[in-house]
Amino acid sequence: MLSIKGLHATVDGKEILKGVDLTVRTGEVHAIMGPNGSGKSTLSYVISGRDGYEVTAGEILFDGEDVTEMEPEERARAGLFLAFQYPLEIPGVSMTNFLRTAVNSHRRHRGEDELDPMQFVKLVRSKAKALGVKDDLLKRSVNVGFSGGEKKRNEVLQMALLEPRLAVLDETDSGLDIDALKIVADGVNALRGPENATLVITHYQRLLDYIVPDHVHVLAGGRIVRSGGAELAHELEAKGYAGILPEAA
Amino acid sequence: MTDLATQAGDAAPLPFQAQLDAVAPTLPGAGQPWAATLRREARDRFRTLGLPHRKIEAWKYTDVRSLAKRDYRPAPQAADGLSDGLRAVLASDRQEAGRIVFVNGHLRRDLSQLEGLPDGVSAMALADTLEAGDRLVADRLGQLVSVDDRPFHALNTGMMADGLVLHLAPRVVLDVPLNVVFLTEAAGDAASMVCPRVLVVAEPGSQAVIVERHAGVDGAHYFSAPVFEVDVADGARIAHYKLQQEGDQATHLATILARIGRDATYDNFVLSVGAELARNEIVTRFTGRGGDCRLSGGYMARAKQHLDTTTRIEHAVPDCRSREVYKGVLDDRARGVFQGKIVVSRDAQRTDGYQMNRALLLSRNAEIDSKPELEIYADDVKCSHGATAGEIDSDALFYMRARGIDEQAARNLLIEAFVLEVLDEIADPAVREDFAEVVMHWLDGHRND
Repeated sequence: MLSIKGLHATVDGKEILKGVDLTVRTGEVHAIMGPNGSGKSTLSYVISGRDGYEVTAGEILFDGEDVTEMEPEERARAGLFLAFQYPLEIPGVSMTNFLRTAVNSHRRHRGEDELDPMQFVKLVRSKAKALGVKDDLLKRSVNVGFSGGEKKRNEVLQMALLEPRLAVLDETDSGLDIDALKIVADGVNALRGPENATLVITHYQRLLDYIVPDHVHVLAGGRIVRSGGAELAHELEAKGYAGILPEAA
Repeated sequence: MTDLATQAGDAAPLPFQAQLDAVAPTLPGAGQPWAATLRREARDRFRTLGLPHRKIEAWKYTDVRSLAKRDYRPAPQAADGLSDGLRAVLASDRQEAGRIVFVNGHLRRDLSQLEGLPDGVSAMALADTLEAGDRLVADRLGQLVSVDDRPFHALNTGMMADGLVLHLAPRVVLDVPLNVVFLTEAAGDAASMVCPRVLVVAEPGSQAVIVERHAGVDGAHYFSAPVFEVDVADGARIAHYKLQQEGDQATHLATILARIGRDATYDNFVLSVGAELARNEIVTRFTGRGGDCRLSGGYMARAKQHLDTTTRIEHAVPDCRSREVYKGVLDDRARGVFQGKIVVSRDAQRTDGYQMNRALLLSRNAEIDSKPELEIYADDVKCSHGATAGEIDSDALFYMRARGIDEQAARNLLIEAFVLEVLDEIADPAVREDFAEVVMHWLDGHRND
């Protein structure tokens, strides 16, 4: 589903990714772990197409198609989803309006009829209920006045509405207490299926107790330096990054 | 004053001077000595002031020299009928009830509803009151707030032929908005000018909501210099909402004057989207304690539009509050100007003043000039002001695009959110909804670019 080959990327002219190779197949959960500054967030932004993150070499194939020249909205509609580490607050844009615009742009892209406000409210209520997102949050401006947990739950709600084929979770555990973490992880797990895949980007092993990966990769210095199964995360937890990456420490 | 003297001494003939002199004897009420005097003094004042230029502080950011390049003639009076262009403009007006329509500055009874107003509310044609020598008009017209240094106010007074006189008897409440529409067009290929005048006298304890709309046809060269004067007597409340939707080649230079009595409230909101060059100059003066003045508005400009908001709030007495909130969106090569002056006299203790102007620039070639000015002579006052200029938040934009929303749609949602917030300053829900329509329509034009 996702195949990243020899990916080099720069931010402000500085090379952050220095040859990343990664293959994610349908139905799999991959975790990318790494110390601060290893390029984890850069990788998530490069995959989703953020301005200012320039691919200088290599390719990102999604369902066999190179997405590196695609706009962020085109990638999203093709089934890529980025759950933000720091979801943005957008004063004056209501959650409902934002979510409906997003859902309808996906539907238009698929050649489906747009949902009218009534149909949409029904849909969003049912999804929100399953995630424990309160109705009154839907009436507020996007993420404005939300707690850290509410913001992350809102990311998962968006994921539930857009049903991506590949979800990239960027440090989704940051700023969450254990209860909030469980709710978010349950939400993500509920959306997993044989037709989609998940890429979890995290600094800590903690999240991986709840979203159990099939493969774990260690990103350091802009490259994937080790790959393994779920046990690699535990090894990292025990030894620390310095313990297994003497040369990168 | 040296600038003014130099200007008056220039060899080039002063624009509009010939028109002023020519129309004087033909204007309604020319036979009334007080009206003749009022106009003559205004003509003299205009002659002295001349067309403002950018060396005059108040006109530093707004260049009106383009007015001298065309031969603007008083717009012809059409007795009945309506051009297709104006008919379409009028049809787009959603507020048909209680509407009073002026075409080329003249009241059109066939399109207006002057009857059926509640007892104690009278709406009259200014032309009639001038002819009749109406006492109320003789006493108040041009007398509420003195503005000796405003040339376009002087031009209006010198040339005013018609307009609206609205009188609210004490404690009368007009509970549905009164809609006053000014439609203007050019006379064939010739450039035309209009000087419509509104005088509102709200006696003590009375209340009204007035919606003033100025519109015209795109492509027509015309110049409108309207003056709106309102006397808000003790305990009266006037909400005055204005929509500036002139045609895209029009020049609109408006003066709004309000005298605010004891415990009285004057609420003004201007949504400015039309004209090539527009200025709304608002001067309010508190004359009794406990007065409240709220001036707010939105301006949205694209192409080479120039939209200016210039306000002056005179806190002449103690214990009054003023609040100003403006927001603008500027695209392409458009330019916005905000000049807000608050003057607090020595006696005006416990004045509470707030002023804010925020502009959103959608293009690198757009420009906003913000000039807040506080002139405070009292020592016990609370006054604050602020101005911001910014671009679309690129992080928020990416967030929305990452959810599959097209860049243009995402930008529009952000612009919409920015502008719609200021509409909350409009207390009347129906008017707020109407003005929101205009904002959305502007954004639609954006989508189609």
